Amino acid sequence: MSETVQSGGDGFHTEDMTISMGPQHPSTHGVLRFIVKTDGEVMREAIPDVGYLHRSIEKIGEKVTWHGYVPYTDRADYLAAMFTNQAFCMAAEKLGAIEVARRGEFCRVIACELNRIASHLISVGTFGQDIGAVTPFLHALRERESINDLMEEICGARLTYNYIRIGGVGYDITPETCERITRFLDHFEPIVDEYNRLLSYNKIFVERLADIAVITLEDAYQYDIVGPNLRACGLKWDIRRDIPYSIYPELEFEVPVGTGEKGTLGDCYDRYMVRIREMEESCKILRQCLEMMPKGPAIAKVARKFKPPAGEVYVRVEAPRGDMGFYVVSDGSEYPYRVRIRTGSFTAMSIIDKLSRGLMVADLIALIASLDVDAPEIDR
Amino acid sequence: MEAKEIYERTEQKFPGKISGFQGEVIDPNFRVEPQAIVEVCRYLRDDPELSFEVLSDLTGLDLPKDNKLQVVYHLYSYSKRHQIVLKVDLPRDNPRVSTMEGVWKVANWLEREVFDLFGVVFDGHSDLRRILLPEDWVGHPLRKDYVEQEEYDGISTERAPLVEKLLR
Repeated sequence: MSETVQSGGDGFHTEDMTISMGPQHPSTHGVLRFIVKTDGEVMREAIPDVGYLHRSIEKIGEKVTWHGYVPYTDRADYLAAMFTNQAFCMAAEKLGAIEVARRGEFCRVIACELNRIASHLISVGTFGQDIGAVTPFLHALRERESINDLMEEICGARLTYNYIRIGGVGYDITPETCERITRFLDHFEPIVDEYNRLLSYNKIFVERLADIAVITLEDAYQYDIVGPNLRACGLKWDIRRDIPYSIYPELEFEVPVGTGEKGTLGDCYDRYMVRIREMEESCKILRQCLEMMPKGPAIAKVARKFKPPAGEVYVRVEAPRGDMGFYVVSDGSEYPYRVRIRTGSFTAMSIIDKLSRGLMVADLIALIASLDVDAPEIDR
Repeated sequence: MEAKEIYERTEQKFPGKISGFQGEVIDPNFRVEPQAIVEVCRYLRDDPELSFEVLSDLTGLDLPKDNKLQVVYHLYSYSKRHQIVLKVDLPRDNPRVSTMEGVWKVANWLEREVFDLFGVVFDGHSDLRRILLPEDWVGHPLRKDYVEQEEYDGISTERAPLVEKLLR
């Protein structure tokens, strides 16, 4: 489609092109669309068009009971369902002043960190695929498959877990499963190095990502970029460490930040590398949890007709796509009065319009992959 | 900084514009007059002692019993590690408030979502369109009195209940 006709100084006539990228495109990680205006290979702007996966999860929250809403939260981000489960349950627990069973907290952290590794594997795997390296994607999915098996053992589901309940978790993690998780970690930790050799330090890969789509810290604040994308800008900020919840204060782990090692601070490569390092930290957390796991019940006693007193709460959880906020309002009845899910992908999408100006079309793919946006999480 | 102190400082700066501090709740909050919200937020962001760098969340809350629609702002400061919640009360029949885009650019999308789902109009917004729902959708679903349209583009929004079908 032709748009405006411009003539350069040398007498050539060029036309801007408007291309619709998506809603079904292998690089958009789900159903989302960009309206791209290009001048040859260079983009003038890329306007994101979202909403294709809107399932009105927030409205559903007003129609089902507190316990009954947990499976719906799974669907808000199906690559990291544990975190939406946990955030909602934490909100309900805060409103109802319920103390979570201690063993339940450990089960939660183990399940969450496994889920974080799985989610980051998808992220870095599809990253490689988008750039043109298909083999690492298969390696990443192979490892994720083992995690799915572990999840199936823990809670019976491979993707939408419905594992975390108000007051604890649905099922205790058995010693046999703990054993299998340890075996998985023994196997997985060297794989990260292999993955690095295969992809992370690959010259072609590095050159495609270094210095591309730099997000400054100032922009990150303006657009409220969170999670790994924020850390890639150099800010050492992790909700697990800085607004501690669950048992994270008792655990030791590093918060990886972007260093600009291959280019500029806050470029696509930093965002990629932060995720790789976070997987290593998650392994450390898992090992500590498995060692420290206390005995006892995995879930506290919570009334079936759970009716928290009227009030409101905003809970933050460090999900794989950053600060996931649940703003939950209760009016003292059996049903939540309002549930609002604030996700990292939604705000990350809003910066693409700004960053895309002047980028090459091929780099848009790298930008989307590096922000790790997830369509269900944007649209909810 | 404690929430009470944040409130007192802001009240000194904007007397009469803010009120209703609630400190004994999980997330302390206070009310801001709709005309003053942008100025209050700019002050909260730029004051070196407060320095709320980010707008974590901006959302709506429908309260038909009090005949008002609230817009709720969650502010957070990375450097000072404190949080405050601001609320703006708007009438349900004509909810209008100024856009926060000039202070935090993320407000562009967050406000579009509130416009889409609650029907709050943000004056001065650069691109106030529906974001999640189709452009020709009727109504604002997160309002409590929302009635779903029977069909959209010739497709029924009703689905026969599965269980009844099985029993028959």
